[in-house]
Amino acid sequence: MLARLGHRLLAGLAVVLGVVTLTFLLLHLAPGDPIDIILGPRATAEQAAAQRRILGLDRPLPAQFASWLGRFARGDWGNSIAKGRPVRAILGDAWPATARLVGLSLVLSYLIGLAIGVVQAARGGSRTDTLLSISSVTLFAVPGYWLGLMLVLVFTYWIQLLPAFGAAGLDSDDLRGGSWLIDRLRHLALPLATLTLIGIGGAARFVRGAMLETLSQPFIITARAKGLTTRRVVARHALRNALTPVVTLLGLSLPVLFSGAVFVEAVFAWPGVGRVLVEAVQARDYPVVMAATAVSAVLVVAGNMLADVLAAWLDPRVRSGTT
Amino acid sequence: MTRLLRDRRGGFGLCVLVVVFVCAAAAPLVTNGDPNTQRDIVATRFVPPLSTDAHGVFHPIGTDRFGRDVWTRLVYGARISMGIGVLAVLVSLAVGVVVGAVAGYWRGPLSLTLLGLTDFALAVPRVVLLLLLAALWQPSTALVIVVLGLTGWMGIARLVHGEVRALAARPFVEGAVAVGARRLRVLGRHILPNALTPVIVAAALGVGNAITLEAGLSYLGLGVQPPTPSWGNMIQSGRDTLVNAPWVATAPGVALVLVVIACTLLGDALRDALDPRTRHA
Repeated sequence: MLARLGHRLLAGLAVVLGVVTLTFLLLHLAPGDPIDIILGPRATAEQAAAQRRILGLDRPLPAQFASWLGRFARGDWGNSIAKGRPVRAILGDAWPATARLVGLSLVLSYLIGLAIGVVQAARGGSRTDTLLSISSVTLFAVPGYWLGLMLVLVFTYWIQLLPAFGAAGLDSDDLRGGSWLIDRLRHLALPLATLTLIGIGGAARFVRGAMLETLSQPFIITARAKGLTTRRVVARHALRNALTPVVTLLGLSLPVLFSGAVFVEAVFAWPGVGRVLVEAVQARDYPVVMAATAVSAVLVVAGNMLADVLAAWLDPRVRSGTT
Repeated sequence: MTRLLRDRRGGFGLCVLVVVFVCAAAAPLVTNGDPNTQRDIVATRFVPPLSTDAHGVFHPIGTDRFGRDVWTRLVYGARISMGIGVLAVLVSLAVGVVVGAVAGYWRGPLSLTLLGLTDFALAVPRVVLLLLLAALWQPSTALVIVVLGLTGWMGIARLVHGEVRALAARPFVEGAVAVGARRLRVLGRHILPNALTPVIVAAALGVGNAITLEAGLSYLGLGVQPPTPSWGNMIQSGRDTLVNAPWVATAPGVALVLVVIACTLLGDALRDALDPRTRHA
């Protein structure tokens, strides 16, 4: 188990390093120059050369990459070219908002998706199953940014119940205790609902498939033959065995959710990593793009590894490596 | 095919896709003409659905803020969005089938390298890569197709790899090798045609996914550039007029959801129809 974990850790590190290298190459291969954006069109060649020297952009690419990697590993992520602020401060401000959004919606969408999938599998082929299938396929198909807009249309403009922009109201600095919490929750409601609703579709579809597969196996027939109630067979025998693939999917859906968060953050002006990334890419803010990409790669790899460990904990066969 | 049509999901999916394809192909016939036509902007903008503007032109789903007919733009947008979805999946198919087949048939360092590459590409956050590529080069339709294609081949490569490996050990392949067929011929004529079933299913699902992502990129302003209509940039332009003209953003979204549902259902039905194990279940 430990050797397996060590192996996965090395593979994960390799992936992160690969993503960072790829990003670096792409950034420097692409047409366009950050110097033009900083200095504007009227800068002379000498000014551009001087600025290039200050930022270290005049050195050969491998040297630039090596020095960036060294500084990044030591925690010195440089300053944003567009905003002048330290990259660490920008990402440090942004990541809790994304973590809150993605984490909560992951938990909610899997809990709800699990419940829907189990009900469907237990009543396979019934009218309830068909109705829930149609709903989950629809949710699976809806793009997040559009669902977000529709929720804004209904809840913000028509019934004027919830705010549509940002993570807190303009007066949030003056709010204390309960009203501060309510303000935060009201702002969280629509982005969280959007991300969760999209997630439910995929989770329910997958759980239904895994449960149906498990329910058709011989040990379930044995359990039924022993005279156990359907409820007990589903809850104790089938669900436990269907959970392993579901947990693996949980890890794999983290990058999908993060991708969804990039769009949802754009719709709701949610101050998270996704929005920072979109803005930085548009402004060719090299240090911010590099750091945000590295952070998202680490998040994705860590999610996959966490899912592996959870799957091993749930399933003794995976733990001992016999399958 | 009959089996596919008898499956209600397959029938529905196929119907929706056929209708959309026919509309897109016959766009000049089913619409008022050019999607970028602007007449008198002040008089013709924000005409609600199912009504006639000051010039006596009927608008089934209204007009946008420039007085352009939303139905016309929706149909011409279908050409762009569906075209991008299909072409991007073809690019993914080409790369995925070659990588998967080579990795599955030629064992050794080449296979290991290709599999490693596939695993790596799977672990890269796709949207981050899409954003980077789309933002760094001049946004264009061709770029969107290439970028979507090059970030979507990994699942197909894995499927093909698994199928090819399993098929390579089967007696009929050993027979072909024994009578002296060249390796490429064995792969192309004997193995790949038998490995295509799961690939077709993955492709059907991939089209829906590619259309959604294209719309997402266009929504962020990094995909198809206005005034060329695509469902994504239509949703984007409708966002600003959500309050006084909700139909501008709603219509392309509904079209998008319908097409993606159709692709998903068709993929599910295809899998069941082509897989003998689930057929009798």
